[in-house]
Amino acid sequence: MPRALVTHGHADHARPGNGAVLATPETLAIMQARYGEAAWREQQALAYGDRLEVGGVSVGLAPAGHVLGSAQAVLEWRGCRVVVSGDYKRRPDPTCAGFEVVPCDLFITEATFGLPVFRHPDDGAEIAKLLASLATYPERAHLVGAYSLGKAQRILALIRQAGYDKPIYLHGALQALTRLYEGFGLDFGALLPATGAAKAELAGEIVLAPPSSLTDRWSRRLGEPVTAMASGWMRVRARVRQRGAELPLVISDHADWDELTRTIAEVEAPEVWVTHGNEDALVHHATQQGIAARALALVGRGEEEQEQDGRASGAEA
Amino acid sequence: MKDFATLLDRLSFTPQRNGKIRLLAEHFRNAPDPNRGYALAALTGTLELAAAKPAQVRALVESRVDPQLFAWSYDYVGDLAETVALIWPERPGAKRPPDLPDVVERLRLASRREAPAILETWLDGLDATGRWALLKLITGALRVGVSARLAKTALAELGAPDLAAIEEVWHGLAPPYEALFAWLEGRAARPEVDHRSAFRPLMLAQPLEAAELPSLDPAAYRAEWKWDGIRVQLVAGGETPRLFSRSGDDIGRAFPDVLEAMRFDAVLDGELLVLRDGAVAPFNDLQQRLNRKTVTPKLLRAQPAHVRLYDILFEAGEDLRALPFDERRARLEAWHAREAPARSDLSPLVPFEDWDALAALRAGLREQGIEGLMLKRADSAYEAGRPKGPWFKWKRDALILDTVLMYAQRGHGKRSSYYSDYTFGVWRDADEGGVELVPVGKAYFGFTDEEMRRLDKWIRDNTVERFGPVRAVKPGLVLEVAFDALHRSKRHKSGLAMRFPRVSRIRWDKPANEADWLAAAEALLEG
Repeated sequence: MPRALVTHGHADHARPGNGAVLATPETLAIMQARYGEAAWREQQALAYGDRLEVGGVSVGLAPAGHVLGSAQAVLEWRGCRVVVSGDYKRRPDPTCAGFEVVPCDLFITEATFGLPVFRHPDDGAEIAKLLASLATYPERAHLVGAYSLGKAQRILALIRQAGYDKPIYLHGALQALTRLYEGFGLDFGALLPATGAAKAELAGEIVLAPPSSLTDRWSRRLGEPVTAMASGWMRVRARVRQRGAELPLVISDHADWDELTRTIAEVEAPEVWVTHGNEDALVHHATQQGIAARALALVGRGEEEQEQDGRASGAEA
Repeated sequence: MKDFATLLDRLSFTPQRNGKIRLLAEHFRNAPDPNRGYALAALTGTLELAAAKPAQVRALVESRVDPQLFAWSYDYVGDLAETVALIWPERPGAKRPPDLPDVVERLRLASRREAPAILETWLDGLDATGRWALLKLITGALRVGVSARLAKTALAELGAPDLAAIEEVWHGLAPPYEALFAWLEGRAARPEVDHRSAFRPLMLAQPLEAAELPSLDPAAYRAEWKWDGIRVQLVAGGETPRLFSRSGDDIGRAFPDVLEAMRFDAVLDGELLVLRDGAVAPFNDLQQRLNRKTVTPKLLRAQPAHVRLYDILFEAGEDLRALPFDERRARLEAWHAREAPARSDLSPLVPFEDWDALAALRAGLREQGIEGLMLKRADSAYEAGRPKGPWFKWKRDALILDTVLMYAQRGHGKRSSYYSDYTFGVWRDADEGGVELVPVGKAYFGFTDEEMRRLDKWIRDNTVERFGPVRAVKPGLVLEVAFDALHRSKRHKSGLAMRFPRVSRIRWDKPANEADWLAAAEALLEG
């Protein structure tokens, strides 16, 4: 893209090789950490709440509550306001700014969990499950699959909130972004590298790794771990089995069905476009509420989803 | 209900046997009476509830949720109970969640008509996992990978000497098993049970190693055919006759024809078979009668059950287990001649002079329904378990096919990072010309850990397609597969299914195009 407004740093939203990139300072830092030189030719930071004129359109960024730096794009032109949600969630997350409701004329929403079977439970209760399992299996490492940007750091913060103060072990792929979060002032307590640690050292410890490592050869170093997976998809049993997870933790950085429908009501937009997930059900629901709603097919999406084993894989949900 | 739901939830995702035992034992130790007793009953299948039908559950949810949204959700989730549990609109604090004894005790008294209204109140009170567990409980299928035997094994950890001690009293007790827990926790004496309805642990045989044959005295042993059915124990003389599987599961409900014929006072050991015109039908036919809650008259006619008797343990309350085999056999023959119960006959003794003669007999075995030979010491008492020496099983040689590896799936637990479940096929002419592989079976043992690592690497290097945890591989590796029998089945595309398949050798050396053809497999069919 010659000019890109990037809502957040996940790979299916922030791609390398752009001309000019506009994003929050946190998102720019994440893109820089991931892509280095390839991230962009030029960049411009826009903090939450600041505004900028681009070709007669006033552009602003509002917190989306998804991951560190995640933003909704707020575009205004001649008194008409369009909000592009990007990925978002409504519940509190100790690692990023909370979602801000911006009333608008057109709301473009994500719909990753756009079916009423998706209702994320309280995240504290899910972390309690992990700690209870540690008590049941004190001799087994607990391997938690969590996406490397956002989910992993939120899990760390939640585990600390629950009062667990032993060191937590990290897969190498999580270290750079976790350090980046620490650079923005977050404190995760004592963290140790899992790679290189002896099997006996990891017995009874919590180890965080990207989801793909759960059933990968990497996990063999842990003996016979309890495999946990932190994702909104873990709400559905078939998905848990597909993942080979023994301890599903339903923790998501996306809005669940209730959050999606509540947000659509709160932004009071007469028109809603739905994208990025299960559009049909949310369009159906919005239409019944008297809102002009339609599905928005994004160019080039499908292809990438398949390569990533689908959003279905829960890679970043 | 919450603890029970959490238990079911954890069990359903725990693949390892030991992990399941740990979860179960923890629950039996910590949950109060009568909750734990009802949980035990639910897991061992001894809970009789007025179940709601799936159609009633569906009607209920469609009265609360937009039917179109429900339909899309059901499509996505694929399981009715789970979809309803997840989609049920929550009204926190609306109703008090029921506990397990509430559910069991109210549903016992409720009619099928009343069930939906009661259910609706409970669904409002529970969380998603609780709703799922409740719906599984009342639609009759828990499916969390726990057999009655496994539940009892976990129970034994509370303080029984062993599993057999629990089996001895089990069938005389009823939910919620408070007397049983009191005994296990040392708070009360062992419960008194009516021995005319109790299961007695079976005596099992060791496999015979051909090398040890010369050291055995042929005159000290008796030989019998080893029938290819299901080993059962018949217990009659008490209030209701009972038919137990080898592991002590009560399977009588699926075999009313056998129960009907048990009008005697004895405990017998035998093989359950499907017998048609005096001939033993393939094991497959018997399988159609298993694991059913009810059987239709049509199935009873098509697959008539029969018991071929091996041994007698009790006769009119007299315990015969300490008698030598020969004496028990004489008692069995006399008893059977006198009582002549329907749907039963005696498994004949097989006379033989010496081991060579018996080996020749075994080598010629191709008769339908015979798996091999049993050797029993003439002086052997009937002992629980698998003692070494008195009884041997001497199976006929396995059948062998050279097959080609087609798909590999990741295993569980220790094997979760290894492709260790293998689907293999044989060649046939393809409809469009050329040749193709058709699957004939699946096996996940018969190889060492070292071989598994090498197979895992080969599979990763030769993957052509991936479907979730399954990889399709290019046809390039020959697995020599051993199995006990082959029969017709719709399970595999080849129309064949193997009994007890295992990998007997990995033929790294053999080109895939030299593996066997479907016609060679079909030549091994029985019946």
